[in-house]
Amino acid sequence: MKAPIGAPAAAPWTPDQPIVSIRSVRKSFGALEVLKDVSFDVRKGEVVCIIGPSGSGKSTLIRCINALVPIDQGSILVENQEVNDPALDKLMLRRKVGMVFQQYNLFPHKTALQNVMMAPIQVLKQNKAEVEERARSLLAKVRLTGKENSYPGELSGGQQQRVAIARSLAMRPDIMLFDEVTAALDPETVKEVLVTIRELAEEGMTCILVTHEMKFAREIADHIYFTDRGVIVEHGPPEEFFANAKDERTRAFLGQIL
Amino acid sequence: MTPERDPPFRPMAVLLPLRPREPEPLPRVTTRHGLLFVTAVLLIATVAHAQAPDAPAAAPAAEALTQAPATALTVIIKWLPLLMKGFLFNILISVLAMALGTVAGLMLGLAQISQHRWLRQFAWVTTQFFRNAPWLVLLFFAMFMIPYQFTVFGYVIPFPDWVKAIIGFGLPVMANVAELLRGAIRSIPNGQWEAAESLAFSRNKTLWLIILPQCVKRMLPPWMNLYSLITMATVMANLVGVSEMLTLTAEVHAAEGGRPELLAPLYGFAMLCFFIYCWPIDRATQYLERRFHVKT
Ligand SMILES: Nc1ncnc2c1ncn2[C@@H]1O[C@H](COP(=O)(O)OP(=O)(O)O)[C@@H](O)[C@H]1O
Ligand SMILES: [Mg+2]
Repeated sequence: MKAPIGAPAAAPWTPDQPIVSIRSVRKSFGALEVLKDVSFDVRKGEVVCIIGPSGSGKSTLIRCINALVPIDQGSILVENQEVNDPALDKLMLRRKVGMVFQQYNLFPHKTALQNVMMAPIQVLKQNKAEVEERARSLLAKVRLTGKENSYPGELSGGQQQRVAIARSLAMRPDIMLFDEVTAALDPETVKEVLVTIRELAEEGMTCILVTHEMKFAREIADHIYFTDRGVIVEHGPPEEFFANAKDERTRAFLGQIL
Repeated sequence: MTPERDPPFRPMAVLLPLRPREPEPLPRVTTRHGLLFVTAVLLIATVAHAQAPDAPAAAPAAEALTQAPATALTVIIKWLPLLMKGFLFNILISVLAMALGTVAGLMLGLAQISQHRWLRQFAWVTTQFFRNAPWLVLLFFAMFMIPYQFTVFGYVIPFPDWVKAIIGFGLPVMANVAELLRGAIRSIPNGQWEAAESLAFSRNKTLWLIILPQCVKRMLPPWMNLYSLITMATVMANLVGVSEMLTLTAEVHAAEGGRPELLAPLYGFAMLCFFIYCWPIDRATQYLERRFHVKT
């Protein structure tokens, strides 16, 4: 799988261009085609929700954006840089794109504070004192003041997930990816995580969310994409999307989940 | 930058085509074994004691007249310094074999998850080979395959039998530690690798800062159990002529006229020494196992 031959050197990105541009992306795992010609754009500051039945390729799609999963065909530009360009500095890409996972994936042998501080210190080689100050204020931002020295095992799911968000933010990303981040949480703690995400979105962070929280998606999203079996079946702004879904599959899905 | 488009390293993905079986647990030393062991020693000692009064009658009359034969206890006390020296030698062999085997095993274990295909395969074959060979065979292998000395740049480095025994016991330790490490790395959820990757950690940084620190805890109890087993196995060195405790016990027995009633107390004493040494290690292992289990 080659990058497009003779692709022009990336022009510097300007805010009037899409910050993420996905074009005709295909991805297969063996014989299973998980993404079949997916295209969409995300503009800076936009909040995009991806919904769809499980197994439809949502996680795969979102993972392609920070090159956790390499694509087979098509192109993904993040700030005009081809994500799958072998010459691309992965470190640069991953600084720009933060990701939060369903299972939090905190480092269990490190405290909440250390989890947040680790990447800026070890990867970006930033000054420890500055990083610590920033990490503390990030933990305060996600309402975890007082939990700095707790280990992940001592925190609730919702608290862990907020540490995970702070950990991603510590890299000062331009884009945040959220892959069903509330799916593993108790209903009581879902809200505290959603509040954090909402605040981020309100501050202008570009967010791409995979979610099953339809009410939340409706409130927060600028645009909703419904995927099924590797294709985007239908999309639109939330009011329009929820009010008059045209496709049979979308209606069936919404009917089930609402 | 290599133009490699393979997905970044994931321990699972690498092993997908082979999916080697899960490392089989080593036999566990348990409290029950310990109790059985103590019972056995006591039984043997009792039997030996019961036989003792008959012994003088059976012994040649002349000897019986000159001196009453020493009791088992006095024999053991008399030879205690020598026997203890033998036992310390067992400990020395076990500690050094464990140290050597652990260092080699950690390297071998890391080689098993290397990104170089040939290195990975070499490490895998080596591990499988040494893990599935009987320890005694490996001991003989080390004894007879390694020359008694090496000459390097004109310096003669002697390789006495006990050094070879250390290597002989180090080999299975190495293979088992390699397997423990591989199993521990595999048991770390894939999400840890993914999270690290998404935070721009390189593969090496992920391994050293995130994965391996989590492995230490998981490896410690089985590693201690392995040490217990190796310590008990060191008595096999007597078969290749190393003067360890069992060898010395046999010599003491011979020196005391080879009286059959001394057999049980002498060997019972050897067993007791090993038991007293290994049992606390085993208790500590179980304690750690329970503690880590609750915590993680
Ligand atoms: N690494 C992988 N190897 C093989 N198959 C995979 C892999 N990741 C995902 N899949 C498969 O791709 C399909 C889509 O998965 P996913 O993107 O996780 O869907 P979703 O997040 O919408 O539930 C599923 O059938 C899943 O089993
Ligand atoms: Mg998913």
